[in-house]
Amino acid sequence: MLSVILIVIAAIFFTGIIIRTKSLASGRKGPGILQPIRDVIRLFRKGVVYSETTSFVFQIAPTIYFSSVIMAMLVVPFGQSRGVLSFNGDFIFFAYVLALGKFFSIIAAMDTGSSFEGMGASREALYSMFAEPAFFILMGSLALLSGHTSFHEIFAALHIGSQISYALAALATFVLLMIAMIESSRMPIDDPKTHLELTMIHEVMILDNSGFDLGLIFTAGYLKFAIYGALIVNLFIGVIPFQYAIPSFFAIQFLMAVSIGLIESFMARFRMSHNPQFIVALTSVSLLIFFGVLLILQKFM
Amino acid sequence: MNLAIAFILVPLAGALLIPFFKVNGKGIAAFTLLFINALISGYLAVQSLQGDVISFSFPGSYVTGDIPVRIDALSGWFMLIINLVFVTGGFYGLFYMKAYKEQRNNLTLHSIIFLFQHAAIVSVCVIQNSFVFLIAWEILALASFLLIIFEHEHIATLKAGINYLIQAHFSIIFLMIGFIWVASKTGSYDFAAITAYSASIPVSASFMLFIFFFIAFAIKAGFVPFHTWLPYAHPAAPSHVSGMMSGVIIKIGIFGILRMLLVVKTDLTSVGYLILIVSLISGLYGVMLAIIQHNLKKLLAYHSIENIGIIGIGIGIGCIGIGTGNQVLSTLGFAGALLHTLNHSLFKSLLFYTAGNVYQATHTMDIEKLGGLIKKMPQTAALFLIAAIAICGIPPFNGFVSEFIIYTGLYNWLSDATLVSLLAAIFSTAGLALIGGLAMLCFTKAFGVVFLGTARCELPHSCKEVPFLQLLPMYILAGIIILIGLFPMVFIDLLSKPVGLFTGSIPLALNQSQVNAFNAIQPVSLAAWILILLIISIFTIRKFALHHRKIETGPTWGCGYVAPTSKIQYTASSFVRTYSKLFAPFLSMGKHEDEIHGVLPSEGKYHTHPYDEVEKLLIDGPLKLNKSFMSRFLFLNNGKLQFYILYGVLFILAVISLPVIYENIYSFIEFLKQL
Repeated sequence: MLSVILIVIAAIFFTGIIIRTKSLASGRKGPGILQPIRDVIRLFRKGVVYSETTSFVFQIAPTIYFSSVIMAMLVVPFGQSRGVLSFNGDFIFFAYVLALGKFFSIIAAMDTGSSFEGMGASREALYSMFAEPAFFILMGSLALLSGHTSFHEIFAALHIGSQISYALAALATFVLLMIAMIESSRMPIDDPKTHLELTMIHEVMILDNSGFDLGLIFTAGYLKFAIYGALIVNLFIGVIPFQYAIPSFFAIQFLMAVSIGLIESFMARFRMSHNPQFIVALTSVSLLIFFGVLLILQKFM
Repeated sequence: MNLAIAFILVPLAGALLIPFFKVNGKGIAAFTLLFINALISGYLAVQSLQGDVISFSFPGSYVTGDIPVRIDALSGWFMLIINLVFVTGGFYGLFYMKAYKEQRNNLTLHSIIFLFQHAAIVSVCVIQNSFVFLIAWEILALASFLLIIFEHEHIATLKAGINYLIQAHFSIIFLMIGFIWVASKTGSYDFAAITAYSASIPVSASFMLFIFFFIAFAIKAGFVPFHTWLPYAHPAAPSHVSGMMSGVIIKIGIFGILRMLLVVKTDLTSVGYLILIVSLISGLYGVMLAIIQHNLKKLLAYHSIENIGIIGIGIGIGCIGIGTGNQVLSTLGFAGALLHTLNHSLFKSLLFYTAGNVYQATHTMDIEKLGGLIKKMPQTAALFLIAAIAICGIPPFNGFVSEFIIYTGLYNWLSDATLVSLLAAIFSTAGLALIGGLAMLCFTKAFGVVFLGTARCELPHSCKEVPFLQLLPMYILAGIIILIGLFPMVFIDLLSKPVGLFTGSIPLALNQSQVNAFNAIQPVSLAAWILILLIISIFTIRKFALHHRKIETGPTWGCGYVAPTSKIQYTASSFVRTYSKLFAPFLSMGKHEDEIHGVLPSEGKYHTHPYDEVEKLLIDGPLKLNKSFMSRFLFLNNGKLQFYILYGVLFILAVISLPVIYENIYSFIEFLKQL
């Protein structure tokens, strides 16, 4: 339960901090940190415009996308405190329930009959497919290392001791961060602020959404980021008591938001054709983690 | 035993009666008889699933020996799947075949063969005598052939049928080698003799014996590289038959492999690794090719290969679990495989029936020509959507449950100690995850292009939704799909007996390790419930929030361009273009391209036709060699009838004289040996 509250709080500020960092880095004052939330609240009050081409799929998709993210949030633990749902293999559920949301956002984009949105849908389907093995190998390695198969037990049993495990934690952070970037369509995979439909992925898929639906999609996006942030935090706070763990949660989330802001300010998006290579490279990094775990457990003897 | 005799008599009665019915009556009569037979076998199957092994023996002939029939939990499980798919498929077929009303004789044959196919496939599940098993297997192959070539006036259909017939007989050759091997050593056709014999010979020999059976059943199941008949046969058959072929016929291959695992005693660890590797390749290859298909039914056919792969992964880790004494692994592996067998037959037959509806409405299966069908056929579209989500293994439907069990098995396997098994486990996990991702790409494409957007081609017919009765069996299938997703425990309990056959647990209760392993399923169903409630409540909130707001409709955003045509939509090929470029080394993609030239552009063309790399290598290559070799003997084929009669006479003479000169040959060989 604790994790849900923390994630929601982090989600409220996260995107605001990214935008503020980017503004400051480019020498502007920028909007307030709560501006994204104000935008969403405004959207919730608005009416909607549907395309004539769309069907019921387009109307239910944002709801299902949002629900899938909420479900994913429910299984994420926080240190010693369980998620709302916690069971053996909950990380499989985590990945697949997010896939439900993706499935619907893809077909909703196809529902509009627009060439731009089809393009975004095609890219989203392809990239999320490539990201999946990396996540499963990473969780497999952590499961092997800790001897457990649920988020809560894995993270509670994980403690960083030797030098190899520091390296592994760094790599795991990298993998999770990059999966977060792919899932939330940020740099270097996707540029949320681009103005050209041809180079967008996520933004172009929701071109036709408006009002309440768009609000749901935005909220789900903010939450998704905070969820992956919480997973990264969990790598480190396994046995730390709450009075230190909660501040470090916010510290790490803040750090993550600032660094994303800085990355997006100073780095260009990858070429679209380079994205698959980059995502496949993630799978190799998680394989590296797996071999590192084998090394720690001395399986090579 | 009386029930069994009744079971055999019903299709015979059908064969005698159906020709005398009127056109509409034929289907109904066949369905009624099928239903009776399904009730009989279903009754026996349910008994066997409760733990009573029903066994009796028919007095066979001098040739076959006694024919033992044995209905254990494994047969029971498969018989229930078969009955479910046949009854829904038969009911769907009643309406699907109405379009062919004027082909009277063809329909008579189709109805009768349908009954025979059901009888043969159920018999295959229960017969324990290899000689009679082969006969039932042959009837099944021939019946399937006749059902496939219903539209035999099309040359492609006939070709697909003959392709199937030949490959089905390759399967029979391998089966015969296995059976004859045992029978020549033991003199008995009983399956018990195979068990006894395989336990008495060295492991390498019994492994070889298993390989023969495995190849035979793998051809039927469609494991790569034995899958090439499948993508031709499924699209060629009428939709209810393709649904049953994919739902049941290929599953009988899975049944055969499982049965042989019980019958042949060999080293299960190496068998497990073999099946695991073949299955991973099948799973990945199947879905990789499914993505690039333009023909909806062919796409579904390749997807069957993928799902057979997933089932195989379950069987593989189950075998390794038995071989290494890891009971949790074996339980999860076999439970996942058996549940996925049921699941796949549900959603795949549903998908084929929806494809049938689409075909009936539009008369085309080329997805590049379709689009926007969701407005004209909303119920078909919704049913396809449910099946598509289920087949991608996404919660809250049934596909997730079985894939979750297999994943749990794989992660449990990680607690094993050896390096090889760890590597196998992690690569299988990554493979399964990749299969899941690819399946999503495949079905978002299929659903998006066929049902969403706007129509890509002007269709000659006005398409409309099929009648409710035709949708009824599909709703039943969809209902079961949702039911398994929400109450998986009910079905897991049913599975305890068949799984117990493999893991050798106490017959009447789940043992401790099984209970632990299955405990994870309970929260999955809880999570599925929460997910559904969440979706409903958010949707209600949304409806409430939008109640007083302005809801408008307008054109799709086109970057300011206000006259979009349906041609600027993303097509199926463009949707998977990046993918097919990335995976080009594994795919065989034929292309015809006329680029646009000049200041005043001429007409441009771009046409792709996917082909199968494995087929090119394993079927086309040898066939070409065979053809060039055989062409040397073309001089024999001179078109004169009297020569052919001469060849016949020579052949008969040779056959007759063989026993006569046998003694001479034998003594000659003896003489050689003495030298």
